[in-house]
Order: sequence, then structure tokens, then C-alpha cells
Amino acid sequence: MLTLTCPHCGIRAEETELSPGGEAHLKRYGPGDSDEQFEAYMFARKNPKGVHFERWRHAYGCGKWFLAARCTATLEVFGTYPAQVSAPPEPIIEAIRARRPGWEAGQ
Amino acid sequence: MTRYSVFAVAREALRWHSGWERAWKSPAPKKKYDVVIVGAGGHGLATAYYLGKNHGIRNVAVIEKGWLGGGNTGRNTTIIRSNYLQDPSAAIYEKARSLYENLSQDLNYNVMFSPRGLLMLAQTHHEVRGYRRTVYANNLQGVTTEWIEPAKVKELVPIMNIEGPRYPVLGALYQARGGTARHDAVAWGYARACSAMGMDIIQQCEVTGVRTLNGQVQGIDTTRGAIDCAKLAIVVAGHSSVLAEMSGFRLPIESMALQALVSEPIKPCMDVVVMANTVHGYMSQSDKGEMVIGGGTDGFNNYTQRGSWQHVEETTRALIETFPMLSRLKMLRQWGGIVDMTGDRSPILSKTSVGGIFVNCGWGTGGFKAIPGSGWAMAELVAKGEPGPLAAEFGLDRFKEGRFIDESVAAGVAH
Ligand SMILES: Cc1cc2nc3c(=O)[nH]c(=O)nc-3n(C[C@H](O)[C@H](O)[C@H](O)COP(=O)(O)OP(=O)(O)OC[C@H]3O[C@@H](n4cnc5c(N)ncnc54)[C@H](O)[C@@H]3O)c2cc1C
Ligand SMILES: [Zn+2]
Repeated sequence: MLTLTCPHCGIRAEETELSPGGEAHLKRYGPGDSDEQFEAYMFARKNPKGVHFERWRHAYGCGKWFLAARCTATLEVFGTYPAQVSAPPEPIIEAIRARRPGWEAGQ
Repeated sequence: MTRYSVFAVAREALRWHSGWERAWKSPAPKKKYDVVIVGAGGHGLATAYYLGKNHGIRNVAVIEKGWLGGGNTGRNTTIIRSNYLQDPSAAIYEKARSLYENLSQDLNYNVMFSPRGLLMLAQTHHEVRGYRRTVYANNLQGVTTEWIEPAKVKELVPIMNIEGPRYPVLGALYQARGGTARHDAVAWGYARACSAMGMDIIQQCEVTGVRTLNGQVQGIDTTRGAIDCAKLAIVVAGHSSVLAEMSGFRLPIESMALQALVSEPIKPCMDVVVMANTVHGYMSQSDKGEMVIGGGTDGFNNYTQRGSWQHVEETTRALIETFPMLSRLKMLRQWGGIVDMTGDRSPILSKTSVGGIFVNCGWGTGGFKAIPGSGWAMAELVAKGEPGPLAAEFGLDRFKEGRFIDESVAAGVAH
């Protein structure tokens, strides 16, 4: 069972307490942008087999959104962080590199 | 290929069964093929089969990283039905269902198609309205379904408690020619027929890269060397995004775990398939007597082919209210598969931004039923380079154009 620590209230929450919210750090496009950009924002997903940054909500806890870095091939969790950032913070990147030496940010 | 028949059985019985051939060959990959198909699941193998049968293209390889049928095709709960809502879905699923009717004869391989009838229970008033609407839509589409009242449901499924306190059964959408088939036999039957046409099915061979030049496919790299091809069909279900990444594009797909479980075998007690979408469960009884049970998907991206405890609990808890006798059964096995989910719960059969590369994916939780129809439509797309009528609406363009084929209601639960 997947366990994530909510960065807001510090609780180690298990899967049933959380709602998944899909890929994190998507760049928003809207009116004035091209159809391709809007389509990519709405639908195209990395869906990687490996390191994935994603949104979660502590639905049956404090109710707040947060982000997690996780491996989709092993379910290993590298860390969680508040959602008010547009890119993963350095400690998270370091935690991933420590476990996945070949991994490149931006992948 | 020696044909299977009652005479073959008699002949072999007289000579200690020494004359049976291997069902398919295991050749080494050639340097070049006209068409390479990645993924020897049902959809990849059916694509190969109809490329040969309908279009005369036989210089074809099907490349599989594990063993054929070892992906979702060998992990599903085998429900076959065509009672979807939208016209394009009805067309391709009904094509598939009707091909299943004669598939054993066509492939000379017993796929054990069992059109035993299928019920989708309505357990809320919202569902009653939804399924009545589906019946009207199906009748206009030429798909035979009917609305049945609770008494008829009880007659068809005596072990069901239709007065459940929380979710009483208010009726059902009934497709009498829906049912099940033997999942690996479908993969094996297509594989045998493809091999007999001279196609190469190459197992234990993982595709690790896709080579393109000036926006045109050149070939693939595999764990057994490079292979050139004029056309490439990517038919890898949960791994579609991985192959898309290799090819340089992205897909509107997310991979998630879907799981199923079976009980200990018991005497025949239910001779139809029942789906209960409100409580998220579906069930049929296998020929061996096991109750085959499936539930919903996990909600997060996942490639681990494992299930999760809470889903087993959720699914069995839900079904026990409707089938009280289940509470006494031991569950024998539980497993997961990685399903390829699209936003509108409809598949993708499409050209891509790379010339010569075609994708067939997005069947998500419900593509077993579609295998023959999907292979038929995909073969046409690959052979002609343009989709025929069955595949036309399922292109990738629909996401840019907002032309969705919304089946999230008809798909309801995973199945
Ligand atoms: C638990 C469960 C229950 C289900 N129940 C039903 C049901 O009742 N009815 C229904 O209609 N559908 C059901 N489905 C859905 C159905 O199983 C799938 O939609 C269908 O089997 C997909 O077939 P496929 O050929 O596209 O994929 P798969 O059978 O998964 O085949 C894809 C193949 O590609 C191979 N592959 C992947 N990457 C590579 C690579 N890099 N190189 C080479 N090969 C590669 C894989 O090893 C795999 O064998 C269920 C699915 C699950 C998981
Ligand atoms: Zn919290």
C-alpha cells in the first residue's frame, strides 16, 4: 500500500486517505495559445515508467493539495513537497539522484 | 499447420499423440519486415492476422518482450459485450462481438466463446435512466439489448439478492449475446494462425528504441538486435507512453493498475455475466467453477502489475451485498494488469506525427471484448495508411478537436 507524508500536516497518510490528482508541474495554456499547446496541456502526458511528479490531495485529512515524487515502476516514494512551486525543489531532486544515478531532471 | 479436427484427434490417439506440431514457431528475427508490430497481446496478434487475411501482407513480425498473451490479454476477466452508448463504439465493439461468434471456426482453434448473456445492473434511479437510454441507442445501432425488470433479473440469477438494503436491484441492461471467451486461447489461436501464414512471432525480445529519419520510421532496436521496417504498429496497452517516448511523441494515456481475483471452484451457480457499476464489481463463473471477480482501477500512475488490498476489500464488500453466498467463499488468487486509460474511455487507433508509425491503444479496462474488431480495423489502417470506417472516429485528432467519444458512463466500471 502506498504511503505518502503530507507536507502540510506531517501525517503519514496511506492510499485510502488520499486522492490522486495526476501529473504535476503542467504548464497551463489557454486563450491565445495554439491548439497544439492547449491539447498538450489538457491531454498529452509523460506517463513515465520511472520517476513521476504528481499531485495528491490529503482528502480525508487536512484537505490540502501537495506534490510527490515517486517511481511508477517500483512504487518507491522519493519525497513530498507543498504544491506552491512550479518545479521540484532541490532536496527532492537530490533524493531522486541518490536512488536513480542516471536520472536527469526534465525527463 | 495440421488442422485440428475430430479426425486429427482420432489419428493421434492411434499413434500415442506423436504427430502434434508446435502451435507456432519461434524464429530468430529477420533484418527487415514490411510491418513490425510491437506487442503480442490480443490486439497486436489480431492486427497481424487480419493484415495477412484481409490485405495479403504477410512479411510481418510481432515482437513481444515477455511471452505472448502475458500482458492484459492473459490477465483480464474476459467479459465480451457491445452495449456501449456512442455510434462509433457500437460499430467497433459489435464488429468484434460478431467476429467472436465464429472465431473458433475461423482460427481452427477453440476460443471457448460463450455467449451466455450479460446483465448490467441498475441500482440507482440514475442508472435506470442511463441504461434505458443505452437500450434505445443500441436498438438504433443494430445492437440487440433490452431493459429487463427486477423479477427477470432474479429469474436469470437466482443467487442474487435484489432487495439489498443499500442498493436494491431496479432492473438491468441485458445483452443476451454477450458473454465470455477463454482469454489465452484468443491469443494462442491468433498466434497459431499468424505463424501458419509465415509471420514471425518473436518472444523474449524487448523493443528498446525506435529509429526515425526525417519524420519517417526506419526500424526498431531490440534486445535481439536492430530490425528495419517500412511500417510500425505500436500495440502495447499499458506501455504505450513508453513506446511513444521512444518514437518522439506523447499520448493522452495514463497507465494504471487494474486487478481481478478468483474464488475457490464451486458447483455451477451463475450462468450469466453480471456487472454492478454502482458498487464497482463484476462477476462470472469460469468453466472450472471459480467465481471470477473484478473491480475498479487504482487512481494513480503505476506500472507494477500488482493489486492493492483496499481494492480487493472494496470489490468483495460491494459484491457480498448483492451476492450474500459469496461471503463463505475463499479467494484463491489475485493479480493486476496495467491498463492504458484515455480521458474519454475510448480507444485510440491512429496515425501519428511520425510517418509509418501507427498506434492502437487506450482500450483501458475493456479491450478484451474488442480484440477481433480492433485487429480488423487496425490492419486496414496499417495496410492502407488511412483509417477505414471502423477506426475513423478513434484518431488522435479527436483530442485536439474536442470530438470525444465519451464512454465514461457506458464503461462505468472496469470490465
Ligand atoms: C484485471 C483486468 C480485467 C479486465 N477485464 C476485462 C474484461 O472483462 N473485458 C474486456 O473486454 N477487457 C478487460 N480488460 C482489458 C483487456 O485486458 C485489455 O484491454 C486488452 O487485453 C489489451 O490487449 P492488448 O493486446 O492491447 O495488450 P496486452 O495484452 O497487454 O499486450 C501488450 C503486450 O505488449 C508487450 N510489450 C510492452 N512493451 C513492450 C516492448 N518495449 N517491447 C516488446 N513488447 C512490449 C507486453 O509484454 C504485452 O504482452 C481487463 C484488464 C485487466 C488488467
Ligand atoms: Zn495533510
